[in-house]
Amino acid sequence: MTSGAQITDDTVRELTELAQLAVELAKKAGADAAEVLVRDGSELTAKVRLGEPELVQEAGSRALGLRVLKGARRATTYTSDLRRPALEALCAETCALAELAEPDEYALPPDPQLLAKPPLPELDLYDPAVGEVDAAWALREAKTGEAAARRFDARVTNSEGATWSRVLGATAFATSGGFSGGYRGSYASLVVEPLCDDTTDPANPKKRNGYWWTASRFLSQLDVAEAVGIEAARRTVATLGSRKVATQECPIVFDPEVARSIVGTIFSVANGSSFWRKSSYLVGKEGQPIASKLVTIVDDPLIPRAPGSRPFDGDGLPTRKNPVVEAGVLAPVLCDVYSARKLGRASTASAGRGIGGNPGPTTSNLIMAAGSTSRDQLLRDTPRGLYVTQLMGFGFNPVTGDFSRGAQGFWIENGELTFPVSEVTIAANFDEILKRIDAVADDLVMRTATAAPTFRVSHMMLAGTARGA
Amino acid sequence: MTTTLPAALRAPFSAGGGSAIDAQLAQRLLSAALEPGGDYADLYFEFRVSADYALEEEQVRTLGRGITLGLGVRVTKGDATGYAYTEDLAWEKMVHAAKTAGQIAMGGGHAPVSVAAAGRIAFPEFYPVPSPSLVAPAVDKLALLRAADKAARAYDPRIVKVEASFAEYLKEVLLFTSDGRMAHDVQPMLRMGVRAVAEDHGKRQAGSGGGGGRYGMNYFEQAKHDAASHGVEAARVAIAMLDATDAPAGEMPVVLGPGDSGILLHEAVGHGLEADFNRKETSNYTGQLGKPVASALCTVVDDGTIENSRGAINVDDEGYAGRRNVLIENGVLVGYMHDRLSAKHFGVAPSGNGRRESFRAMPLPRMTNTSLLGGKDNPDDIIKSVKRGIYAKRFSGGQVNISNGDFVFSLSESYLIEDGKLTAPLKDVNLIGNGPDVLRKVDMLGSDYALSDGIWTCGKDGQSVPVNVGTPTVRISAITVGGTKA
Repeated sequence: MTSGAQITDDTVRELTELAQLAVELAKKAGADAAEVLVRDGSELTAKVRLGEPELVQEAGSRALGLRVLKGARRATTYTSDLRRPALEALCAETCALAELAEPDEYALPPDPQLLAKPPLPELDLYDPAVGEVDAAWALREAKTGEAAARRFDARVTNSEGATWSRVLGATAFATSGGFSGGYRGSYASLVVEPLCDDTTDPANPKKRNGYWWTASRFLSQLDVAEAVGIEAARRTVATLGSRKVATQECPIVFDPEVARSIVGTIFSVANGSSFWRKSSYLVGKEGQPIASKLVTIVDDPLIPRAPGSRPFDGDGLPTRKNPVVEAGVLAPVLCDVYSARKLGRASTASAGRGIGGNPGPTTSNLIMAAGSTSRDQLLRDTPRGLYVTQLMGFGFNPVTGDFSRGAQGFWIENGELTFPVSEVTIAANFDEILKRIDAVADDLVMRTATAAPTFRVSHMMLAGTARGA
Repeated sequence: MTTTLPAALRAPFSAGGGSAIDAQLAQRLLSAALEPGGDYADLYFEFRVSADYALEEEQVRTLGRGITLGLGVRVTKGDATGYAYTEDLAWEKMVHAAKTAGQIAMGGGHAPVSVAAAGRIAFPEFYPVPSPSLVAPAVDKLALLRAADKAARAYDPRIVKVEASFAEYLKEVLLFTSDGRMAHDVQPMLRMGVRAVAEDHGKRQAGSGGGGGRYGMNYFEQAKHDAASHGVEAARVAIAMLDATDAPAGEMPVVLGPGDSGILLHEAVGHGLEADFNRKETSNYTGQLGKPVASALCTVVDDGTIENSRGAINVDDEGYAGRRNVLIENGVLVGYMHDRLSAKHFGVAPSGNGRRESFRAMPLPRMTNTSLLGGKDNPDDIIKSVKRGIYAKRFSGGQVNISNGDFVFSLSESYLIEDGKLTAPLKDVNLIGNGPDVLRKVDMLGSDYALSDGIWTCGKDGQSVPVNVGTPTVRISAITVGGTKA
């Protein structure tokens, strides 16, 4: 099977030149300012189920996104047709579209003095070894992971499969203000999803699924496939016999897999866009305690090899490490140029930009700092409560902070995980949740762009069966 | 759609286009795809023009437009799929994609299957529009946004922020299969959304409204679908929720309002009846055909033929005509939703549910418009019958675990029912239940069946497709409500 999907420095240069060309074409078409993003990506997905190949998907794609300003009027367009006549037509159309917008002084391009200048930081985000993987090798890895899961425990009776996939990508950005730059990145992952038949209640047999995974920008940093499969099986078998517990208020411990989604939720209400739109319960709380003193969160785009790193932001500004929460106190929220101007301040260089839209604040590597106790000690110090391994649903209102989500996990009794729990919800106002964090473990692992250690919330309302049932 | 389209909205691969694909070219590509030994192949050409408009702080802030063009090639061998795509319709690029997809069958070692001559699939027209909305001038859409904004602000002085958006696309698809089917379809879509924020003495709340479907601008001419109505609805919810109080926690009766509550059905039972999960025996509905899986009051239908509805399809993305499929009849499971692979596995006819997000993804069994049909109860009587419970009116979304059947859905507008009357508005709260268990607890069904206004998008395996849902007023005798008040 074919490989050779490498993205080279030449590719990045070629895309950067294309972005610069499109900026020039837009100016020729009458734009007062133009910003062009070009992306090139290639993907390989290899999925195995019950030992047999189920899917091999392989393709590459390119797209260009253009934003023009006519005075302070703006419009955005995108296309996958990168031939010169098509780009000329796109530029003309985008300029015509901008005439229909109303002027918005806040949308003007950033001061050229603020733009990132070469050399851009070298963040080591691309591993050629990821690009060398071919479909046959990827299928073998997936097969190995799935087989390990099925071998681990006889109660693993079925499988939703195992998937090895990789993405190689290049991003180039150029602006009429003088910025141009690009970088490439790689990302590989393996996920194994075993399935068990749960006949604990013979009248109501169920299936129980679980998963485990590994991912990295570097091939050599992936966990071995067998280990991923075994951990997936261990986690799935552990859910056999899951049941509801009675409705009660109790401590809630968040496993790192869900703790990071809580940290992601903090960003959703602590960014410049939600602030100027007043769609955050945190508006007006910068500089004030919004979480327990144990909570410190940073956004750091400059960590070499990390999944969320980037040398410049979606406005072309040089990226930097920003505090988000310091010992419980809310730092100035992450902003792109637009939202910063709306709030009357400077950008934190946190702009993200997609092919087809305006920039907005995004996170890079959003990391909650580790505490000093071990996870085991944290559990031992919890007489009873719920250890949450999965959250379900979208039950969060950013404007009020009301939080209510489905949960799955294990019941803690006398400091130990006893039996598996499912079909319950946990709820509290988000402000209370953050302030009630009373223990943070030392088990932070930087596997994902948003990462957190295990932590405990002193109490939340758990809804399950009728009280005393 | 039969209208003559302006050149900019016509696919280059269609007859008369710059890179027109005829049956002969398609046959050559399919042959290349099948050469290594695959047993089936299809080509999915897609051209999509989209536009979006947004108004914030009473000003037009965003105008956007995008063009997507590409070909997806799929080859299957047994249950295995090879998939590749290209955005460049140059001949050598298309051949490369065909050969890449075909490699799934490498080492199969039998003679290539021959490609049947293409015959055009006939199907009715479920989204006739006088003219696609993309043809209408942009200023018409900006006028809609202004009307919605104005109506929301006029609703109450406590409305402090309004955002209104309009998104539209026109998608043209051309499909060829190695077993001789050819289909061509043009699919319009539009969606309007309004979000309002209300403030009163330091309290803040947001509400949203919106709708749409496979319409032209004629959508807005219908009662309650005009732009101002969507603005008023967003403002109404934001104001109503200003007084929201803590929701209760624990099991209790829940009454679901008509229309949008179909989200519960979509999660509780819909996904579990997509036949890929049952083919792989990973759904909790596996092996349940012919068995009772819901209260006898429940008849559940997935219907791709509801005219202009957001989930309607003339033809699915594998070349099978859209259909009305009964899934559960009087509580008994009678059918699954199929794609080609699962239909083959179960030895039944494809049900017209093979859908894909775009040419970049393989088709999967997906819902279209999923409904719980109406019953005999008077909706007011249903509310009156509850001593203490919850009335659910608007939803922000849901999620299901296919394997064990657990699902959640999030209420963004709900009320406490006390002694048969709606009383306090409740803060955002989640309901959690188990699909088959909750459907068995449906014990009253209203006569007021309604289809939701088209706003829903369903995600599965990373692919998003537009869907719609519908229900009457429904009473569930007990479900866990995830509030904060014991």
